[in-house]
Amino acid sequence: MPQSSSSSKKHGTDQPDIGGPASKSQRTKMVKSSDDTEKKNLAKKLKELEISVPIVYGNIAFWLGKKASEYQSHKWTVYVRGGTNEDISVVVKRVVFQLHSSFNNPTRVVDGPPFELSESGWGEFEIVITLHFHNDVCEKPLHLYHHLKLYPEDDSGPMSTKKPVVVESYDEIVFTEPSEGFFSRVQNHPAVVVPRLPAGFALPPPVPLEDADKRRRGDTKDHTLSQWFSNFSEADELLKLAAARQQSNLLL
Amino acid sequence: MDAKDILLGLPKPTTTPTPHGHQLLPLPADKKSRPPKESQRKPDGISREVYALTGGLAPLMPSVDVNHLKRRAQSENEKITWQWLPFTSSARKDNLQLYHWVRVVNGVPPSGDYSFAKYNKSVDVIKYTDDEYEKHLTDPMWTKEETDELFDLCERFDLRFIVIADRFPTSRTVEELKSRYYSVCRAILIARAPAPGDIAGHPLVKDAYNISQDVERKRALSMVLSQTKQQERRDAEVLAEAKRISEARKAAKGTDELEVPAMTDTVPDDNDGAAAAVDSLSPSPNAQFTSGAIAPPVSEIASTLASLRMMRVYLRTHALEQMVQAASSSAGLRTIKRVEQTLQDLGVNLKPKVPTKAVCAEHLELRKEILTLLNLQKQLQYKEAEGSSYRDGLYAETPGTPPKRVQRAVEQDRTFVPDSFSFGGERMGKRDQKRKAPGRLLEGPPSPAQSKRPRKFKASDG
Repeated sequence: MPQSSSSSKKHGTDQPDIGGPASKSQRTKMVKSSDDTEKKNLAKKLKELEISVPIVYGNIAFWLGKKASEYQSHKWTVYVRGGTNEDISVVVKRVVFQLHSSFNNPTRVVDGPPFELSESGWGEFEIVITLHFHNDVCEKPLHLYHHLKLYPEDDSGPMSTKKPVVVESYDEIVFTEPSEGFFSRVQNHPAVVVPRLPAGFALPPPVPLEDADKRRRGDTKDHTLSQWFSNFSEADELLKLAAARQQSNLLL
Repeated sequence: MDAKDILLGLPKPTTTPTPHGHQLLPLPADKKSRPPKESQRKPDGISREVYALTGGLAPLMPSVDVNHLKRRAQSENEKITWQWLPFTSSARKDNLQLYHWVRVVNGVPPSGDYSFAKYNKSVDVIKYTDDEYEKHLTDPMWTKEETDELFDLCERFDLRFIVIADRFPTSRTVEELKSRYYSVCRAILIARAPAPGDIAGHPLVKDAYNISQDVERKRALSMVLSQTKQQERRDAEVLAEAKRISEARKAAKGTDELEVPAMTDTVPDDNDGAAAAVDSLSPSPNAQFTSGAIAPPVSEIASTLASLRMMRVYLRTHALEQMVQAASSSAGLRTIKRVEQTLQDLGVNLKPKVPTKAVCAEHLELRKEILTLLNLQKQLQYKEAEGSSYRDGLYAETPGTPPKRVQRAVEQDRTFVPDSFSFGGERMGKRDQKRKAPGRLLEGPPSPAQSKRPRKFKASDG
């Protein structure tokens, strides 16, 4: 599945100076000088940073064709995945999908990746997706609103059981003033966009989350439905915007 | 029946009596016919006088059926007489015997106390001993005699301090009397309480009477009561002005407190701008326009940034929405619609499909630039309108070529603008074809954009 390259940094390759030999001597120098001021500076720098997690959320719906009944005409899956199909469970603890009240147990909790919910039904309604984060990330949950789409936009031709209706939305979760633990835990994770720390700042090695080894693979790169995932390219949009700005600047 | 007939009433009484209720409003012309009608129809159930009260008509709603009225219970099995009998009241201390009518049932008068005795309530005024007075209640402003007199009056008049103040031998204000009474009661309460915790909840202990506050309160109330209408209006104006100033000050303070480097150099401008915006007497409309247009968004944006940071976690689309709103806070609805139209003409999504940090920043900047562009265009229009009207006034005697020439030149300026706009559009289309990027970029729009621009300016043509 083609990975779209975003202009934001990829941390595997774009390591800040922490790894290099030059910074090591710097680090020892830093350690020799007062640790307290360094800690304070680090804390202050962390306060000004923001960590963002690109996500894509939406639904895929298959018409059941011959197997469709009056109340179960479609089989749909609503989900939240990483923007580049990476594992977002490093940040997200669990996801709660609030369905229409006509469903049994309309509050569905998904405790681990992949954060998705499959159901069958006939109606389109708004699903409230609540993301709960790990304790060191953020205590407040975040709500996403997605309108479940089952029927294709254009009434062209008969519905096919092979081609699903896909509606996805791209967004980014922004965490302001990240804690040290959170920062160090995710600084090298592919699902998370972490800004560079200014040269010379060192973070303690990350403390892994509980049951990290027990967790199964959480990325969606090889998901069964991945063939239907949309490709969100930042480059296109940036190009258009840049061109538009150029035009408006001409007029000014 | 014709509606007109109904409204004007029947000119003559008809031979066949109509059932009551068809006539709604008999006019004075009808008065002659009314008395015979009334005597004609005397309905059963209610007396003639009562019927006349309703204007000689039956009520529109069915009144209570006589059968539904409650029959007085036991009116057949018992013999009711009314007798003039003496009675005593427990409320009286003097055994005075008074007389009143009593409903006697079968020769048995009613028993029990006088029915109104239960309403004789009085206040329990504290009684202190001399000993207690010596220990807790001495006060330089009050003699023991005065205090005793006060308490006696309180008892007699049930704490009606206005009456007590009138009867008090020495002249004391109501507030002084209240203060003395409540402080004495409080001191006694505290002194008598076995443990301070017991009475900590007592209202006298918790919120003691504050004489100065009471005096002030009454003074303020009387002032409000005696305000003339003019004073009321002036007060309302001053309050509104104060509110506006404090809000402007708060907005300016918001920019001061943020340590965003980009904002620091605009802060002094912002303060001036905010002050200019608040001051209703600005020298020239244009100066106010530019400063007013730029200053509020800067403070809005700053406060939006601060509130976003406070949220700790948010979606970038939400952040973009807030920033767009803040940036367009000075623009009216029409301007915002024009901005959105411009974005669509340029082929940009109103809400970015891929809202990454960079994309959102670009989108915001683009919107701001378009807003500036539109504002400048509007200013240009104003200036031209001013200029042309000025020139019209100057060249009133020679309404010939000079004004027309100027106007034509101005028009040429205007048409130049849309040309470059659509020209740029075409250029952009070509550029993108080279790139082979997909998308819906300005293939059709140049023509409609072109036709749109001149139309907009036509409205302002002289």
